[in-house]
Amino acid sequence: MKIKKLLSVLLASAVVMGALTGCGGDKKDEKKDAGDTIKVGVFLPLTGDNAAGGELELRGIKLANKLHPEVNGKKVQLIVADNKSDKAEAASVAARLIEKDKVCTILGSYGSSLAMAAGNIVKEAKVPAIGTSCTNPQVTANNDYYFRACFIDPFQGTVMANYAYKQGAKKIAIVQEVSNDYSVGLAKFFVEAFQKLTNDKDCIIDVANYQTGDKDFTAVLTNLKAKNPDAVFAPGNFTESALLVKQARQLGIKAPFMGGDTWETQEFIDVGGKDVEGCVLSTAFDREKASTEEAKRFLKAYTDEYKGEPSALSALGYDSYLIAIDAIKRAGTTDSQKIRDAIAATKDLEAVTGKTTLDKNGDAIKAAVIKVVKDGKFKYLDFVDVK
Amino acid sequence: MLPLPSEEEGAFIFRFPGGEKMDFLTQFFQVIANMSAASLAQHIVNGISLGSLYALIAIGYTMVYGILLMINFAHADIVMMACYFAFFGITVFHIPWYITFVGVIVATAALGVVIERTAYRPLRDAPKNSVLISAIGASFLLENLANYLFSGRPLRFPDIPLLSQTITVGSVQIQAICLVIPVITFISLLVLLHIVNHTKTGMAMRAVSKDYEIARVMGVNIDRVISITFIIGSSLAAIGAFMWGVRYPGITPLLGVMPGLKCFIAAVIGGIGNIKGAVIGGFILGLGEVLIVAFFPQLSGYRDAFAFIVLIIILFYKPTGLLGEKTTEKV
Amino acid sequence: MSKRNMILTVVGIIVLFAGACYAQFELDSYLRRIINLCLIYAIIGLSMNLTNGFAGQFSLGQAGFMALGAYVVGVFTVPVELRSNVFYAVPMNPLIADIQLPLWLALIFGGLLAALVAFLIGTPVLRLRGDYLAIATLGFSEIIRIVITNAQSFTNGALGIKDIPTINDVRYIFLATAFVFIFVTCLVNSSYGRAFKAIREDEIAAEAMGVGLFHHKCMAFMLSAFFAGIGGGLYATLLGTVDPKNFLFTLTYNFLLIIVLGGMGSITGSMLGSIIVTAGLEFLRVFDEPLEIFGTTIPLFRPGFRMVIFSLLLMVCVLFWRKGIMGTEEFTWNKFVAFCKNPFKYFMRKGARNNG
Repeated sequence: MKIKKLLSVLLASAVVMGALTGCGGDKKDEKKDAGDTIKVGVFLPLTGDNAAGGELELRGIKLANKLHPEVNGKKVQLIVADNKSDKAEAASVAARLIEKDKVCTILGSYGSSLAMAAGNIVKEAKVPAIGTSCTNPQVTANNDYYFRACFIDPFQGTVMANYAYKQGAKKIAIVQEVSNDYSVGLAKFFVEAFQKLTNDKDCIIDVANYQTGDKDFTAVLTNLKAKNPDAVFAPGNFTESALLVKQARQLGIKAPFMGGDTWETQEFIDVGGKDVEGCVLSTAFDREKASTEEAKRFLKAYTDEYKGEPSALSALGYDSYLIAIDAIKRAGTTDSQKIRDAIAATKDLEAVTGKTTLDKNGDAIKAAVIKVVKDGKFKYLDFVDVK
Repeated sequence: MLPLPSEEEGAFIFRFPGGEKMDFLTQFFQVIANMSAASLAQHIVNGISLGSLYALIAIGYTMVYGILLMINFAHADIVMMACYFAFFGITVFHIPWYITFVGVIVATAALGVVIERTAYRPLRDAPKNSVLISAIGASFLLENLANYLFSGRPLRFPDIPLLSQTITVGSVQIQAICLVIPVITFISLLVLLHIVNHTKTGMAMRAVSKDYEIARVMGVNIDRVISITFIIGSSLAAIGAFMWGVRYPGITPLLGVMPGLKCFIAAVIGGIGNIKGAVIGGFILGLGEVLIVAFFPQLSGYRDAFAFIVLIIILFYKPTGLLGEKTTEKV
Repeated sequence: MSKRNMILTVVGIIVLFAGACYAQFELDSYLRRIINLCLIYAIIGLSMNLTNGFAGQFSLGQAGFMALGAYVVGVFTVPVELRSNVFYAVPMNPLIADIQLPLWLALIFGGLLAALVAFLIGTPVLRLRGDYLAIATLGFSEIIRIVITNAQSFTNGALGIKDIPTINDVRYIFLATAFVFIFVTCLVNSSYGRAFKAIREDEIAAEAMGVGLFHHKCMAFMLSAFFAGIGGGLYATLLGTVDPKNFLFTLTYNFLLIIVLGGMGSITGSMLGSIIVTAGLEFLRVFDEPLEIFGTTIPLFRPGFRMVIFSLLLMVCVLFWRKGIMGTEEFTWNKFVAFCKNPFKYFMRKGARNNG
């Protein structure tokens, strides 16, 4: 009896404390509100499946905030919220940033489905949002308030298809993560582009599916080995992809593996080990092609703070911050509608991943970089410009 | 790809992104015709190695169910924690792997006993549903704890070159660990059967699983028996985790979820409470999963559904499992 | 029900509806969203309570039924002109490409589809007891999700459905919730409800007394699926987009916590549990941010801590507080009136009842 009462009191007090802190926090924010700070909301997955990507982007955004802390004479304050890699949370979090924290712009998210969940909310509230690395075309389609700092999957698919074609591949096998919208979308665009290049409807000799979280790919890989493809395109999350390539090499498959920008993480190399040497992927940024002044500042700041090579995700996070700041500067106000219009007019902005211009859909017209895994690191291989 | 009924002849048409259409049956025959002996042998090797992993973990489920008549949902998460323990032992503290192996078994057994004491023992006299909810809660807690402590990013299970090298037999590639796992599974099976059938402790375990109340009345130390069951189950989980980590080196907090469900299903297929049955069930599931994808490649996305469909079929036609015995319920 | 109680009920509903109108017009969209989510989770929690709490059948399949309802609403309410945009990878199946339904009809169809699937699943599965039933329903929930992921021309697979017309209107969702709660209250107080409770207490005795086991279990299961489907459909309109990853079986754990906390076998418990869990999760967000006391950051508070507290809550609840808040009792007007008349005496009497 006594334990029950004690526990129920503890529980109640925990919830009440949480509620009070939550409410108390709001009052604090409201006081600081108008006047000397500009609030920019950041919503990223910091826990859950996409935590790794979210964290990398947060690094980029924080660096940008450190290097560009002010605009229009006011300090820029980042309000970071975790969307737990969950759609319902993403929607709530976006609403919270807009209503409770009263941000004028939102940055995020890693994971196109999370960005889409917030899409309706930013549209209704008329607050502009800039996606960092979400490449699904759906994010900005039919939504005037969502923009992005990266290229979109239709472009990324053609990049890898062109590369494969130039390397002389005629028959390709696809291994897609059927429960991941990024993988399915990118695979589709790749297939379309490759078929157009080879003018051969049967150039895709195998399509294998796996689910997120799968560990054993030996069955689909054995089938694939029998078909003997020239190359394999396997866009998927890096966790599964590293295991996939590892098992492929163990089974004796020698064909090169190609992937998309989700592969570019340290964990891919850690888990894959020797087996992922020679894997090729498309991504948004590389040190060698860093031509702008901003890129040099970013590289220096990143290596100072975090040691190690920056990934494209951090660069894109940095860029989304730049786009926001630049728009706020041009708009001269914190009125969300005016900021939105200024973002839409972004042209030739000097960003880390290159000069950035946003097209009429709100997508960045960006070149892509092809990297290869060599000696345990991602090395620059090729550069594909937008035609 | 969902089969669409079509006006053309043939019941199911599958559509690939390339626009290729093929009749389901024709495709099946084509697959059989094109499958080389080497491919088939490779598939079978893959299936056996996967199956023996499932078997090792399924034994833990079946033992706990046999004695306590409850599904230990947290078993799969104990496997996951064991992987993390191994990672910390070898990669972070640089302890040689054979010593860590023993250490992980001890740590995991301790974890199992702790879970039993805190989550299951207080509810021993409670209605069945409460224990089930507690098991689900324990599983959920372990997953969230791992997520919080170790973050969701995958860690690399330490590489043990002796076990992860690839051996080539003819045109079939076998990873060394794939030969080790079935061996260890069979050894564990034999050791367990010896314990259960030829020792006093085993006799106590059989008594408790036959009739809990009577065993208690006859003086069997129930708490001790249950603790020993959990120790054995968790130790096997630790061994399984080690094998699993070498075979599939990416460790994440949710790595136990799907395998856990499948291993429990394996235990049910073989006859819940029956250790031999669990091993057989594990092999059936492992081989089945691989061969389904081998013979019906277009169903590769539905692979996880295979385990559940087999479960439904078994529950429909032989609910006590392949090696199980019928029990009558006394009113 | 006595005349006094009936009047009180109607007045109660009107007052709550007025509250919903107030919420709609005065509160900002974030708070409205939380309230709507609470109500929707209450509906689904209640549906789970119907099988688990009232009929005593431990089913873990709510996520799957929710998914069915959500997808029916998703697929049929997206405006036809936007569909080719959403289904950009594999074009939508011509059988359904041109059908667009109004929301209320899509909701009902969603519920009916879920009930149909529940019937198909129930036939083999409801024979099982306890743990087996849990695993089997869990398995089916996963199968439903896997089928949705792979059936690209019907559901757009992993790409999900976007551009579902959204409703963040507290009044609409309140009315749906009120409807479901009233329906279930009437059901539970009818002979069917008594049959469910009999099955829950002792299946063999119930069968011996002439309660058709399979018939009633199936009915509970189908109704539970129907309401879960409606809840899922409302969930889809609240979010505006759905994809299969939303409906992993871990979502079912959320509802499990709601009914355990509220009390398995109590309708008011489902509502209370939902409010505490859903609103509580939002407020517990504070645990995810670094907490500063006197200028030093406590390293305990990081992203992920919130879920640890959440799961600890579930464990504590089931270990020490199995009955939950309401146990199997309900909020009744009789008790409320007694409380109003003399609060002190009410608690004395309650204490005496519990100890005596």
